[in-house]
Amino acid sequence: MASTKRIAKEFADCTTAPPPGISITLPSDADLHTWHVTVTAPPNSVYAPGRFGLILKMPTDYPFKAPTINFTTRIYHPNITNDSLGNICLALLKSENWKPSSKIINVLEAVRNILVEPMPDDPLEQRIADEYKRDRAEFEKNARAYVERYAKGTVNFVQAPDPKDDKSKNNDKNSGAPAANPGRAAGRQGGSGSGSASRPAPPA
Amino acid sequence: MQAMMNKDAAGTIPPQTRKRKAAEATTSPTPDDTLPNKRPQLTSAGKHQLEGPEAAPPTPLTTTTSHNGNDSHSDADPAADAMDSDDDFMSNLSSEDDMIQEDDSDNDVSNPEDFDFDDEPDLDSGNKDSQQTMKRNYLDIEFKVYRPEDIQKQQDDLVDEVNMILDISKEEAAILLRHFRWNRERLIEDYMDKPRQVLDAAGLAQTAADQPRLQVIPGFMCDICCEDGDGLESFAIKCGHRFCVNCYRQYLSQKIREEGEAARIQCPADGCNLIIDARSLDLLVTPELTERYHELLMRTYVEDKESLKWCPSPDCANAVECGVKKKDLTKVVPTVSCLCGHRFCFGCIYTDHQPAPCELVKRWLKKCADDSETANWISANTKECPKCNSTIEKNGGCNHMTCRKCKYEFCWMCMGLWSEHGTSWYNCNRFEEKSGAEARDAQAKSRVSLERYLHYYNRYHNHEQSARLDKDLYMKTEKKMVELQKQSGMSWIEVQYLQSASQALQTCRQTLMWTYAFAFYLARNNLTEIFESNQKDLEMAVENLSEMFEKPVQDLAQPGLKVDIMDKTSYCNKRRVILLEDTAENLAKGKWTFNVDLVSGAPLVNPTSAPGTSSRR
Repeated sequence: MASTKRIAKEFADCTTAPPPGISITLPSDADLHTWHVTVTAPPNSVYAPGRFGLILKMPTDYPFKAPTINFTTRIYHPNITNDSLGNICLALLKSENWKPSSKIINVLEAVRNILVEPMPDDPLEQRIADEYKRDRAEFEKNARAYVERYAKGTVNFVQAPDPKDDKSKNNDKNSGAPAANPGRAAGRQGGSGSGSASRPAPPA
Repeated sequence: MQAMMNKDAAGTIPPQTRKRKAAEATTSPTPDDTLPNKRPQLTSAGKHQLEGPEAAPPTPLTTTTSHNGNDSHSDADPAADAMDSDDDFMSNLSSEDDMIQEDDSDNDVSNPEDFDFDDEPDLDSGNKDSQQTMKRNYLDIEFKVYRPEDIQKQQDDLVDEVNMILDISKEEAAILLRHFRWNRERLIEDYMDKPRQVLDAAGLAQTAADQPRLQVIPGFMCDICCEDGDGLESFAIKCGHRFCVNCYRQYLSQKIREEGEAARIQCPADGCNLIIDARSLDLLVTPELTERYHELLMRTYVEDKESLKWCPSPDCANAVECGVKKKDLTKVVPTVSCLCGHRFCFGCIYTDHQPAPCELVKRWLKKCADDSETANWISANTKECPKCNSTIEKNGGCNHMTCRKCKYEFCWMCMGLWSEHGTSWYNCNRFEEKSGAEARDAQAKSRVSLERYLHYYNRYHNHEQSARLDKDLYMKTEKKMVELQKQSGMSWIEVQYLQSASQALQTCRQTLMWTYAFAFYLARNNLTEIFESNQKDLEMAVENLSEMFEKPVQDLAQPGLKVDIMDKTSYCNKRRVILLEDTAENLAKGKWTFNVDLVSGAPLVNPTSAPGTSSRR
């Protein structure tokens, strides 16, 4: 597979000289196509000092097709869905912009950049985008509350169960995160934030 | 086309043209009683004859009919001439005059006259036949049909032209033209002005480097797959971003096959927006993929131009050019007809839906998809809860109903509150409780809108089905014509009237079908009355013709019936065009009042408050 060599090289590049605020682990040595990425929010962003877990997946025809990224840590952000899926909207990942020679490292830097500078004009969460534009103080307060609630302590890489494919959850369970609590995904979906011992209790 | 022109007759006649017409009428070569004899020759002339004035003879490559109000190209073309040839008094010139002045002269003068014409067209339309109107024809849409080779040639011509004027290669000219959406004037102007920016924006290199070719470069490593074997063939377009041939091929085939991209495939290098030209592509991929690539390029040409659309008929590769813009669609129903015989609306690509405007068609189809069968069933089997209006089906048991949603208890028979039944439970013999009467009242109201819809839907559906049956009949027509020839000794030409009749039936049914969808959205007023009267006339005539057409062959051989059928055929066609023209004219002038908004889509009037069930039927 042509992509193996490429991915191995990219992984080596990213781990030997990791870009600032980003660390990468492989959940399984057998599968180079799924990476666990921990992004530490830049100090000048409202999300500092939060640490966010991301799952990065490369399709089999990578690098001809773009990788996919999901936040596993919940985040209050106009461009990232405020649910357990953590979908992110990045121009770089769209098929018309992705080039086979685009590099993962650039994608990760772009992710870190939108933590500093959200793009409220191209939102996935319209409400948060509106708030970001109209009432920055309120936005920052909410974003900080989310960081406080979800983005401190051990980063988890438990991905929400794919509605189409329940098994995906099992693949992610034996990841670098501490013993996954089966109830956690459901708990997070409801937004209650409870159910994970590793996370601090939500603010009252 | 003679029959087509006569149809104006009973229609609207602007006063200022009356005199001219009267004079012409005396010189008219077709007094009414000679019509039937003339018809067979006419009908044999072309199968499009029955389809209305917008269907021109199929022979010329580009089919143009005369005018519509939106675009006033006035190039005289042979098709239009041929069509008018029978009507020597219909001068092209004057009809154009009328068209250009549509907004002043036509508007104020002719309208009062519009309303006074025939309510009993059967009796006197014959006399009016000889009067020809000079008024603008609101039905005529100007359009041209292009075959694939014409489309290719248009592109090639433009490319050649730009190639010569700007002194750039043909591949580059093509890329530039695509970037400018084939607007040659703007391209040339902009390029002369600021060539650098234009090349940059279009994704072309500034330098005139050598023609790209496959190369083996020692020590080369592909940035995509990270392979670096000896003898690895690599390729780069003018930007110099070099990748191995395998990656290049996979990249291109993915773009073309999976993403359907052609005109804007960029260099695979991150951040490089140079477009890969057709010649480089031919060098790299399989012929099969190249073919697909050129097909996609062709597609972008048609899709880039607002005035061009593909014929939606299966297996038809033609495109139609028409000047009607999207914003005009509330004013006109631009029906065009492809060389393959398919008639469709240029605005929405749906099959011919005259007289209903695109927006109404869209709503109607959606409504029917949502409603029709379900509505029928609901109407027959359910009632609404008197309290919360949930639709309830009684699937057995007693008349004591408890609404699942709001827990309201009522009697299924009288719809009254169950507690008001007192001790006479299970025996609903009382007549007027207050709550029951009110509930029945509300129910009745909500059913009115449903019934109104079903009224129109059933008629729409009926014509849709009849048209399908008529189509089967059409298949049998040819056999019938052969038989008739044997039995009656008539010539092939002489039995053509059967085919004309069959075609008239189908076309008219198609029109009738859409008149019902149209009428559903019409508010009640005088215009609607006129419309319904026209609709009734056409419907009656079509049913008559349909009946005659189904008669056994031995009956058809009788000369009397033949004349009757020919008369009825021409009458149907005439009535159809009258109805369509009248509708089109009022649409163009914005005179219809709809109970929905044609533009934004919100209902203006609750359909229940405009009960539209026609008293005529």
